[in-house]
Amino acid sequence: MRTPLRPLARILSARARGENPDAIERENIRQRHEAMRETGRRTAAVRLVLINAAFLVAFATVAARMAVLAASDPQEPEAASSAGVSIVAQRADIVDRRGRILATNLLTHSLYAQPQQMVDPKGAAEKLAKIFPDLDAQRLQKDFTGSRKFLWIKKKISPEQMQMIHEIGEPGLLFGPRELRLYPNGAIAAQVLGGASFGREGVQSAEIVGVAGVEKQFDAALRDPANGGAPLELSLDLTVQSAVEDVLNGGIKLMNAKGGAAVLMDVHTGEIVALASLPDFDPNARPAAATTGDASDSPLFNRAVQGVYELGSTFKIFAVAQALDAGIVAPTTVIDTKGPLVWGKYRIRDFHNYGDKLTVTEVIEKSSNIGTARIANMIGGERQQAFLGKLGLFDPTPVELVEASGARPLRPAKWSEITTMTVSYGHGLAASPLHLAAAYSAMVNGGTLVRPTLRKRAEVSVGPRIISERTSAEIRKMMRLVVQHGTATFGDVPGYEVGGKTGTADKPKPTGGYYKDKVVSTFAAAFPISDPKYVLVVTLDEPVETSGTEPRRTAGWTAVPVGAEIIRRAAPLLGLRPALEPAAEAGVIRVSN
Amino acid sequence: MRSLAFLAATLAIMALAFWAYRENYRTHAELAEVRALRSEIGELREGLSVLRAEWAYLNRPDRLRELADINFPRLGLLPLEPQQFGDVRQVGYPMPPLRDLSEPVDVAALNGRTP
Repeated sequence: MRTPLRPLARILSARARGENPDAIERENIRQRHEAMRETGRRTAAVRLVLINAAFLVAFATVAARMAVLAASDPQEPEAASSAGVSIVAQRADIVDRRGRILATNLLTHSLYAQPQQMVDPKGAAEKLAKIFPDLDAQRLQKDFTGSRKFLWIKKKISPEQMQMIHEIGEPGLLFGPRELRLYPNGAIAAQVLGGASFGREGVQSAEIVGVAGVEKQFDAALRDPANGGAPLELSLDLTVQSAVEDVLNGGIKLMNAKGGAAVLMDVHTGEIVALASLPDFDPNARPAAATTGDASDSPLFNRAVQGVYELGSTFKIFAVAQALDAGIVAPTTVIDTKGPLVWGKYRIRDFHNYGDKLTVTEVIEKSSNIGTARIANMIGGERQQAFLGKLGLFDPTPVELVEASGARPLRPAKWSEITTMTVSYGHGLAASPLHLAAAYSAMVNGGTLVRPTLRKRAEVSVGPRIISERTSAEIRKMMRLVVQHGTATFGDVPGYEVGGKTGTADKPKPTGGYYKDKVVSTFAAAFPISDPKYVLVVTLDEPVETSGTEPRRTAGWTAVPVGAEIIRRAAPLLGLRPALEPAAEAGVIRVSN
Repeated sequence: MRSLAFLAATLAIMALAFWAYRENYRTHAELAEVRALRSEIGELREGLSVLRAEWAYLNRPDRLRELADINFPRLGLLPLEPQQFGDVRQVGYPMPPLRDLSEPVDVAALNGRTP
């Protein structure tokens, strides 16, 4: 109830007492103001509390959210992304140029034991030894009954073996999931693929790491989740690779060789379509590296890439190409080939005596050491070194294999005049068959350098020029003549117009000097030679052909027939149609009247 | 008036709460379905990779070669050889059908052209 400011009763009684009635009004006004102030203060206090509460709630929310974020495990946004779906395996597949699988992953299991949980350790050990014949029951028993708390038994087991272990019913035998690297084609392209093994291992998973070949070279890329499991495409063609290995294997057996290598390469792109080295191994069960004996006899050794051999007369092409390109000689220039060629204390001989004079074309056709040495002498050592260097014969090949960088060609320390002459016919300089294939590609493809590669290439980039188109055409003609009339007559494959050059080099003894009866024979070929598509290099280690009265070791009798058979098998698979050879240019036509 | 507004607000809040509750449940149901689908996709992919590996294993060149050798009497398969490439000219095309001789031909109307 509102109090009147001037209550009549009090005013009248105040007037009667002679007091000032205004004092009553002032008093009342004061009281009313006080009451109003009190109400206002209370309202303000309530508001402050409310504001405080609001801020408290707001800050508490922020703090609580921060605490939740800090304490919770990171989680991928479930609803928004679809990235998690595409990745299945931790390591991408490797496929050939047509998408056929060369290496893939399989899910399997590992077997481990926790002996303290075992019910019947002895029985388990015996039953395990029955399932896995390579396990020793005594040893397992000792492990199971000893103080060990954990031990691996098998790194990978098959589903059947897993079932059998389930049937033992032992709670102390446990399985962990494992990814297993599988090479479905077995030993095909073994040295290229290399192999993989487990890296860091846990119970729930294990890393797969590449140990050799492309598996090691591209290890990071294969394991990179950012690639989304996209397979690694190699330039190899599985069918061709298999055919090449098949033929090479037969050739090695027929020629009683210790081993062999073959490289089939696209002359324009440098893509390696097949790269074989025998003997080989199964990358699914990669053998341990040999600790004794010669590492180059191991099946792990990639003869085509790691093996540096003196490749013999195949090098003659380089000397002649350089001389032709520099204009020092023409194909018809006559070279003095009277033997033996004596230079200081050295004597250079030919395999047979080819007479006193040969043209440059005939020097290649008949493979005359003396003729090539004379041509190299005209070129001179420095220019020869520069040329061979440009061809990449002094450096490791850039091919994508971990082993390649270690295969540096062996070059003489001092490049004297006699070195110039011997290197011109392939003695004194050792390179790998892959080096040779790359260099031959540059010779026959029109004269531009190619970089050998094991990855499928989308576009072709033309490399730096080594020799002119014209020289390349002349070299091709000479290589064709070698097959038609020269040292490689077994190399002719009807329809594919093979051109090539043979090389037979004595093997160097580890103690110095050369073996008399051990050779490395090489056939470097290109087909179809009028417009080459592929270069093939076949190398046989210590071949002997024994069908004749005396053992024959020259490349013409050993590596060449093998190479021809490889071309016969591989060329149709590569989609090359056999073609009629362009007829020889008409020479003088005899007329009479 | 005021109480009407209060009533309306309360009803709106109840309606919104009901809607949010339903959306929340639907979202969870969808997420659960996505998870189930994902794991199904994962399993199928795993199965697919096993099948691909098996396909590659069964089609490995060594095995095919052996099979071709074993079944040679039946299939007669040999490695591809250069002479197996054919030419269009080697294909025997069927001859055009002979014209019916009993049908008369108006030679004058053809004016020198072949019928």
